[in-house]
Amino acid sequence: MSMLSFERKYRVRGGTLFGGDLFDFWVGPFYVGFFGITTLFFVLCGTTMILWGAAMGPTWNVWQINIAPPDISYGLRFAPMMEGGLWQLITVCALGSFVSWALREVEICRKLGMGLHVPVAFGMAILAYFSLQVVRPVLMGAWGHAFPYGIYSHLDWVSNTAYQYLHFHYNPWHMIAASLFFATTLALSMHGGLVLSATNPGKGQTVKSPEHEDTFFRDLIGYSVGTLGIHRLGLFLALAAVWFGIVCIVVSGPFWTGAWPEWWGWWLNMPIWRT
Amino acid sequence: MTQYQNLFTSVQPVGPVHDGVELPRGDDKRLGTPFLWHLLGRIGNAQIGPVYLGTLGVASLLFGIVAFNIIGFNMLASVDWNPIQLIRQLFWLALEPPPPAYGLSFPPLEQGGWWLIVGFMLTMSIMLWWARTYRRARQLGLGTHVAWAFAAAIWLYLVCGFFRPIMMGSWSEAVPFGIFPHLDWVSALSLRHGNLFYNPFHALSIVFLYGSVLLFAMHGATILAVTRYGGEREIEQIVDRGTASERAALFWRWTMGFNATMESIHRWAWWFAVLCPLVGGIGILLTGTVVDNWYLWSVKHHVVPAYPLVSPTVLDPAILGVKP
Repeated sequence: MSMLSFERKYRVRGGTLFGGDLFDFWVGPFYVGFFGITTLFFVLCGTTMILWGAAMGPTWNVWQINIAPPDISYGLRFAPMMEGGLWQLITVCALGSFVSWALREVEICRKLGMGLHVPVAFGMAILAYFSLQVVRPVLMGAWGHAFPYGIYSHLDWVSNTAYQYLHFHYNPWHMIAASLFFATTLALSMHGGLVLSATNPGKGQTVKSPEHEDTFFRDLIGYSVGTLGIHRLGLFLALAAVWFGIVCIVVSGPFWTGAWPEWWGWWLNMPIWRT
Repeated sequence: MTQYQNLFTSVQPVGPVHDGVELPRGDDKRLGTPFLWHLLGRIGNAQIGPVYLGTLGVASLLFGIVAFNIIGFNMLASVDWNPIQLIRQLFWLALEPPPPAYGLSFPPLEQGGWWLIVGFMLTMSIMLWWARTYRRARQLGLGTHVAWAFAAAIWLYLVCGFFRPIMMGSWSEAVPFGIFPHLDWVSALSLRHGNLFYNPFHALSIVFLYGSVLLFAMHGATILAVTRYGGEREIEQIVDRGTASERAALFWRWTMGFNATMESIHRWAWWFAVLCPLVGGIGILLTGTVVDNWYLWSVKHHVVPAYPLVSPTVLDPAILGVKP
């Protein structure tokens, strides 16, 4: 039984949100639960439909397989299977499995007596997907505004969507989001590096303490956020990056249809410059 | 069912400030009297300072400040020394690299000469700061992991502003200093070379960028979720595994069938963060030097389908010998 040496005492019953004890079991290392069953259902349905769509498509080249949303002319209606209907069902399955996965995480948190930070954080990623595939297309009045499922086709979508607003780098929320993505990665490298440097100080040297960690960053930049603070900061930066990513794309189309460089006109034309 | 999720520190114990671990002989003294800032303590440590400046720090800051000022004064000069216009147009202003005609030679100051000087100064500043990062770790008896992660970022910086321009034979290929101008550079580079999205190293770099954000969200959230068991004391958990590590590990094992350990998660973190600029730098270095058009490259390697030609072929004027 693929159990870790200390695992048995943690495998207790209870903590489920739905279904009582009925699905309260493990398969190999995986916890199942009611939401494990629903996850499996949605994943199997979704994957099968992706494979079906690929089989009906022109290629099995993994880079080129593409399952596109319905044409704009369908608006927000259901489309025939091979003209975007598959995409619609796959999107439903994706959302079903993401939400099931998050709820299954909640059950595991409750079993282990942990806080709910991980499922809540995952909720931000689900919100991003929901915003791109549902909120923005609904606001713009057609499923055709959502991105297609395919490795290079979704990159083409990003490129095409961005150039519809001439130059997406001028989108102020995109600027904030990109800065936060870089800041999160910088913070991650510094946190990972600091912990590794304290626990791997070199041959023959003793492992260092959090006081050494704090001293290192105080010596370097005058401030150390601390062992607890860095995890709050990291989680906040990561969630903020995704949040501003959501804002930057949801405003593009529903609330701003022009070129993003022109958006900045309000700043250049403020009355305070007239002196 | 209210639960305390430990998002903020609600009760802040205030004790004597910490002057830092003792420094070895020969090091300078630390600067500044440490003080506490209550609001900061709601999230992380309340203590600010002291700081170690040292020779490397002073030299790095000097180069950095001079570089920053040269950029600022060049921008000021470009708006005819009008400070109001400097603020108004700040995001649009730039210190541009030399025009292509100068190649790799040293141009007049106002033709990109200042850009070259600033590039040198900023690079000096960054290199000295790297040496400082390395030395501060060594003086405290720590490993040099942070310095080597920093080196990966420096690699990308040097590729964009130094290695690639040299391989292309022109400083004009380098990145301008300025908010919108450097974004324009990114777009122009991408469009000139057939859309950087078709560059597989760019794709990998983005994977590691998003992966890093995902990892930090997962790691930060996991640790916060087990802080009631002392999970944030990671070093202790690494050398003497406690129930916090066990629960954190089991959470992911039960969720996705796989878990890191308290130490290995930081190795995952370090590698994801480091590979982002490392792979990205490779992608930029190949752009225009080895691969001229990433879209055509991708068509050739059957990564993307060739789209039907809808507009007549346009000859690149550069092929006809037209000089920019």
